[in-house]
Amino acid sequence: MTAHQKMDKADERNRLDDMVQGLVGTPMDRPEGPLKVSGQATYAHEWDVPDMLYGVLARATISKGRVTDVASSGLIGKNGVRAVITDDRLLRRPAQGGADEAPAQGAKQVDYFGQPIALVVAETFEQARHGANRLEISYEAEGNAAFDPEAEDTDTDLPEDDQLDQGDLDQAMRDAAFTVDQVYRTPGHNSAAMEPHCAIASWDGDKLTLRGSYQMLNFNINELADALHIVPDNIHMLSPYVGGGFGSKLGISPEAVSAALAAKEVGQPVCVALSRPQVFETTMRRSETRQHVRLACGEDGVLTGIGHECLVSNLPGEGFYEPVTQATHFLYGGKHRKLGIEVARVNRTCGGSVRAPGEAVGMQVLENALDELAEASGIDPVELRKRNVPDRHPEQDIPYSSRRFVEALDEGARRFQWDECNKKPGSLREGDWLIGHGMAGASRVNILSEAKARVTLQADGSALVETDMTDIGTGTYAILTQIAGEMLGLPAAKVETRLGDTDFPRGPGSGGSWGAASTGSAVFLACEEIRGTIAEAMGIEEDELTLADGKAGKGEAARPLADILAGKPLSAIGHIEPGQTLEEMQQATYGSYFAEVAVNAVTGETRVRRMLGVFGAGRILNEKTATSQCYGGMIWGIGSALTEELVFDNRDGHIVNHDLAEYHIPVNLDVPQIEVVLLEERDEYASPIQAKGIGELGICGAAAAVTNAIYNATGIRVRDYPATLDKLLADLPEA
Amino acid sequence: METTELTVNGKRHELEADSRVTLLDALRNHLGLTGTKKGCDHGQCGACTVIVEGRRINSCLTLACMHDGDEITTIEGLGEPGNLSDLQAAFVAHDGFQCGYCTPGQICSATAMIEEAKAGWPSFVSDDLAGPDALSDEEISERMSGNLCRCAAYPNIVNAIRQVAGGKS
Repeated sequence: MTAHQKMDKADERNRLDDMVQGLVGTPMDRPEGPLKVSGQATYAHEWDVPDMLYGVLARATISKGRVTDVASSGLIGKNGVRAVITDDRLLRRPAQGGADEAPAQGAKQVDYFGQPIALVVAETFEQARHGANRLEISYEAEGNAAFDPEAEDTDTDLPEDDQLDQGDLDQAMRDAAFTVDQVYRTPGHNSAAMEPHCAIASWDGDKLTLRGSYQMLNFNINELADALHIVPDNIHMLSPYVGGGFGSKLGISPEAVSAALAAKEVGQPVCVALSRPQVFETTMRRSETRQHVRLACGEDGVLTGIGHECLVSNLPGEGFYEPVTQATHFLYGGKHRKLGIEVARVNRTCGGSVRAPGEAVGMQVLENALDELAEASGIDPVELRKRNVPDRHPEQDIPYSSRRFVEALDEGARRFQWDECNKKPGSLREGDWLIGHGMAGASRVNILSEAKARVTLQADGSALVETDMTDIGTGTYAILTQIAGEMLGLPAAKVETRLGDTDFPRGPGSGGSWGAASTGSAVFLACEEIRGTIAEAMGIEEDELTLADGKAGKGEAARPLADILAGKPLSAIGHIEPGQTLEEMQQATYGSYFAEVAVNAVTGETRVRRMLGVFGAGRILNEKTATSQCYGGMIWGIGSALTEELVFDNRDGHIVNHDLAEYHIPVNLDVPQIEVVLLEERDEYASPIQAKGIGELGICGAAAAVTNAIYNATGIRVRDYPATLDKLLADLPEA
Repeated sequence: METTELTVNGKRHELEADSRVTLLDALRNHLGLTGTKKGCDHGQCGACTVIVEGRRINSCLTLACMHDGDEITTIEGLGEPGNLSDLQAAFVAHDGFQCGYCTPGQICSATAMIEEAKAGWPSFVSDDLAGPDALSDEEISERMSGNLCRCAAYPNIVNAIRQVAGGKS
């Protein structure tokens, strides 16, 4: 049985609200939690695979050129080294999210410093690491590499789909009562998921089993098959537990292909785990950005024009670029608009998706510019944003689906007591600390993707949910269990959710915040089909059927599900497809951030003392895991605002700070007890479960609230992120 | 090859391994105790935290052969599903993790940290060198700052530890 729904029109039935089990939306504990806190969850490196060898990548020490020799013969057969893999199929670059085909292969060509060249395979990890360090590689370097995205002689191109010139922004700027015209810069970022990328490959004849750490198996299996020149049917991928992704595991990376090639060559399973510096240098970085923002408004603060013109970078030939202006297109009005992205082609580590590509850095800067316009116009920043919420999409003239932006701004201002916050920059002081308050808006596009899931109501009345969807910390195990339990009237303990296995029905995986709404809808549809069958057996309509606590029917007449099933399990596959509602409506999620910072007047150190986020993202499927996602996003915002910065050496393009000692993600003491508020919302255009994505919303503008608060504390606008001490020290007010 | 005697979670092991094997890799690759995680292998993230002779250490920064005769407690020794330690249960109830990869290190670290505070060890944020009377949120945050969490479950990690340590919010 397959139940299919294409979102060509709103689903106003709100079926989940008709159910009575009472699971969906509750702050239910993660069902896999006990495994994770006891060290028993099986991450990629942790499968018990007999006779496993270890592989360690050897990497380029030049930035552009060709490999002329890899001196393998001196290593093989000594000190436990079994093989040196230099196969032409080795990945030169990681696969972009959703690539569905092999990325650039052939490691004899070097595109960037630190690129994988070969894999040394040995009996133990220590032997493989030593071998990789000793492997001598000869190169013929090319002298024409480009490293600095802003250098005059660096090639750039303009992606056709991302250039908008509507009306006459220059004239709007001349005619405006108030304007902002500033250039901001954000540095590169690394996902820095706690689990380094890893794969264990084992072959049984032509059949490959790959246990790895991946976000989107439905695409990863095709990327791997294409890279190895085999058919996907001969591959079985497993990723039941993923130790964080944040975009860096959307596509396959060097570990997957090198492990598979090595295991084939040596005839034994091979495990390849990236070291932390290898994660930084051979997977994905978020591009640095230069953003020229122009805002024009009348006396009333209503925008007449918006300009957002950005320079980002990537390797030559890469189709992905940081979509910086994604939310700028629809969040605020203004008739005259110039939005564009230019891509500099540089020999740096591959640019790709890092949590909320586009909005994470685009909203961060746009919301700084709004703060500057609020000050220029003398209008309160919350009020200024509310005045600029358009009725219809300012470029496409389409309506919005559910949008709780104004409510998020109002609720945040009320809870944070915004009216009582500091209004005059540099005027609030507690001893050596300058105190400031700032706010920002949040927005992130919403996406629904095609997904399938199988639900089986077993003869004993328990349910099994199966899909290749992953849980990268996002709460998938919890929410799919809740949806199935809600629809089938089962307590969570009677539902088992199995994930991360390509033998299960496929979906879009975890990325772009689409996982919960997409695969959740597939589970919902499968359950609806099963409900229909039960209702038929009972001789009633499906919408008359009450399922609760393992029983069908109401009151004394309720019968155990196992009785109705009479020994026969019921199974259905749910299949959701995006449709016209994504084209005809602007779908997005919204929110607001409020922050209080203390900046040390002597050292320039910034401490975030208080932070609030209010978010509207459709139906909340699990209050606990959704809140945790928002904490995560907001704390990434604190990192973006204050410490996170990939530093590149423009002499050879290498990443100077390629580890967690030098790339500073927030630590526990950097973070206050943040408050997150989730607004009640149903978006019937988004999905049949009225849910939208929430995993990335928390970061989309969060950093701006912090830096706007720094301005309020000190009177200093830092337009070159992050706001480190050195950028504040010179201009701090006199003690 | 070196022979090292390790007592892990109360069980004695004779480890025959290369002298380059870290305590972390000995646990994971030789003894099959994969609950202890490798996040950076450089002592930068705390995911590999275990308790050696009562003290929390980064097991990636020490060689196994340096621990001959030592008593080691890993996450597997603190509790298991159905019989979780108070901290493990509190981490589940407060959602003190998301992906779960840093979590064994966080919990081993917190387990030892609570004892350090009880023993009167001061921290960077303590007002008094005699240590704090109770673990405030700030004390918990400071003492747990050697354990990175990229999912950034920090507020919930503090909530979980506060519940068990009986600190003040």
